[in-house]
Amino acid sequence: MKTAIETHNLTVAYNRRPVLWDIDFQVPEGQLIGVLGPNGSGKTTLLKSVMGLVQPSSGYVRLFGQSLDEVRSRISYVPQRESVDWNFPISVREVALMGRYRKDKLLGRLSREDHRLADEALEKVGMLPFADRQIAQLSGGQQQRVFVARALAQQADLYLMDEPFAGVDAASEEAILTLLQDMKQAGKTVLIVHHDLHTAHQFFDWMVLLNTRLIKCGPTPAVFTTEYLRQAYGGQLTILSQVADLVKARDFPVRERSFKDQPK
Amino acid sequence: MSDFFTFSDPNVRLVTAGTILLGMSAAIVGTFTFLRKRALVGDAIAHAILPGVCLSFIITGEKHPVYLLVGAVLAGWVSLLVMDYLSSRTKLSTDTAIGAVLSVFFGAGILLLTSIQHSSSANQAGLDQFLFGKAAAMTRQDIWVFSGVAVVLLGLVLAFFRSFKLISFDPAFAKSIGLPVRRLEFLLSTITVLAVATGIQAVGVVLMAALLITPAAAARFWTDRIQVMVLLAAAFGLLSGLFGSWISYTAPSMPTGPWIVVLLSLIAVVSVVVAPQRGIWARLRLQRGNARKIRQENILKAFYGIGEAADAPVATVTVEALRQQRPFEDRALELGLWELARKGLLHRHGAGTYALTPTGLRESRRVVRLHRLWELYLTERMNYAADHVHNTAEAIEHVITPEVEAALLKELDHPILDPHDAVIPYQNPPKPSAS
Repeated sequence: MKTAIETHNLTVAYNRRPVLWDIDFQVPEGQLIGVLGPNGSGKTTLLKSVMGLVQPSSGYVRLFGQSLDEVRSRISYVPQRESVDWNFPISVREVALMGRYRKDKLLGRLSREDHRLADEALEKVGMLPFADRQIAQLSGGQQQRVFVARALAQQADLYLMDEPFAGVDAASEEAILTLLQDMKQAGKTVLIVHHDLHTAHQFFDWMVLLNTRLIKCGPTPAVFTTEYLRQAYGGQLTILSQVADLVKARDFPVRERSFKDQPK
Repeated sequence: MSDFFTFSDPNVRLVTAGTILLGMSAAIVGTFTFLRKRALVGDAIAHAILPGVCLSFIITGEKHPVYLLVGAVLAGWVSLLVMDYLSSRTKLSTDTAIGAVLSVFFGAGILLLTSIQHSSSANQAGLDQFLFGKAAAMTRQDIWVFSGVAVVLLGLVLAFFRSFKLISFDPAFAKSIGLPVRRLEFLLSTITVLAVATGIQAVGVVLMAALLITPAAAARFWTDRIQVMVLLAAAFGLLSGLFGSWISYTAPSMPTGPWIVVLLSLIAVVSVVVAPQRGIWARLRLQRGNARKIRQENILKAFYGIGEAADAPVATVTVEALRQQRPFEDRALELGLWELARKGLLHRHGAGTYALTPTGLRESRRVVRLHRLWELYLTERMNYAADHVHNTAEAIEHVITPEVEAALLKELDHPILDPHDAVIPYQNPPKPSAS
């Protein structure tokens, strides 16, 4: 199996307090991968650093063996639903069309083909009948489906989704789950930040278990064990969080400068 | 008035056209400021421009619009950078950073302005007009420069419209697809600073935030589409510029800038009140409609209750009997009876006695059916105790739409009795099921 995502020594600090320590893992292509861990364990931060949205203090990420910029058109990101203002005055179709924006085409109109792909993506999540609605008029689950449609319109190979099942109604959950299976059939890789342990082992083939440090990464049966879950959810490492507080309070660097290695 | 609107005076024509252009470009650029929730930042930039204008006058000794514009843009940018730095690198919250920059820069500007006025420079006259604008006093040169800038800004916003829309809605996603978000934000900020720097010619630094934000805020009440919103904001900017110029033309002692802002505020107030759906008036009408519906349906239910007890559905009922059935407020009962009679749901049989018409009977059965269906739903599906469901059902019976009723009937499989063993009245009684 080829590797879709790998991170090396990934350490990330927010306001100088480290929230991820030395994360090293690899996940294979063509799988549904869950990123799990308690609240504040750095799941969203991991996704953001893979997407280049937060700058790691040290370490690096490779996607399909290359840097993000080399493969960006193959990667699609679905932010948390709460990260945007759903009162923004645009329609469902306009959001889906955003998946067709390209960095080399900042100006002017989108093509007919772009419109077709956006509508097709909306169709797949069952939101085409709502295409002309303003996004505030949707339920939470429908909003999430619109976000997924925008990602589908990108026609990527790797999808990173931040809590797509949070606050979602049963119909929307069903729609997204079916879609994930279709995507897997089509050979896509999907990495999903997920908070619900009860459903996790049914949803995912592969898991990344986090709690500020990496607990375990591997196929679901190997990771979803009492021992690893206890390690992840059994509370923070007291000394580790004490040290993190110190780093913040005293304004220490998390890594000394010379250590900021990047791959050649 | 006719004098003004024939635009035969070339000077009037020029000043008016300039004012309108400035108003429109500020309104269009301001739509993005508004949508990115940066209204206060816009206000701070406007105030922070004053020291830039004064400094450029002190250094060059001239009031050439290009020099003043350069000073304004530089000061605007410095203020933006300081706000950014304060809120990201210190413990100060964003609103504190904005407030601090606004007052410190503005204070410095006033200081410089005062020292210029006390200097002997003969050229300084009119610099204080930056405080409240000087639309009518703009020179030919001013107008050409500022209008030129306004046109360029409009062109830029139109060209980058799609990208600006995305970075305003979801900057993280924009970054994830590799859009140069920082450069786009820099461009949008520069456009905003320029719009503010030109707009202050018309309304001055103190009122500039109104020219930037009010048109967009008013437009938002009328539409859910950003494209329409931008056009509406531009139209509001245009109208206020036009009539502001007209007012100060007909009454020369009237300043244009403050009048533009007053007109914009009027437009905003009207929008808040009369806009469809979102406006106060629309909401009041909706609430009054709801109150009417509740009033009428409660009376119909009382009729049904009396008829059910007496086993005589369309019997003549006195107002007194209605009152005993349910404690109505006098006025509500009177009004409701009158409304129902007018709608043909009730027949009036002499003073204080009424009977349901066939339509009224059907309507009363519908309300009671919804009430009892909801009670049943609460006990069956939500595990309510049977003696706890009445009050909730009293409220919800008025809310349930025909679609929800159909769903309830399906879910509960056309039940015969409610939790209190009262018969659920159907329009066409359900056929006895096969079982």
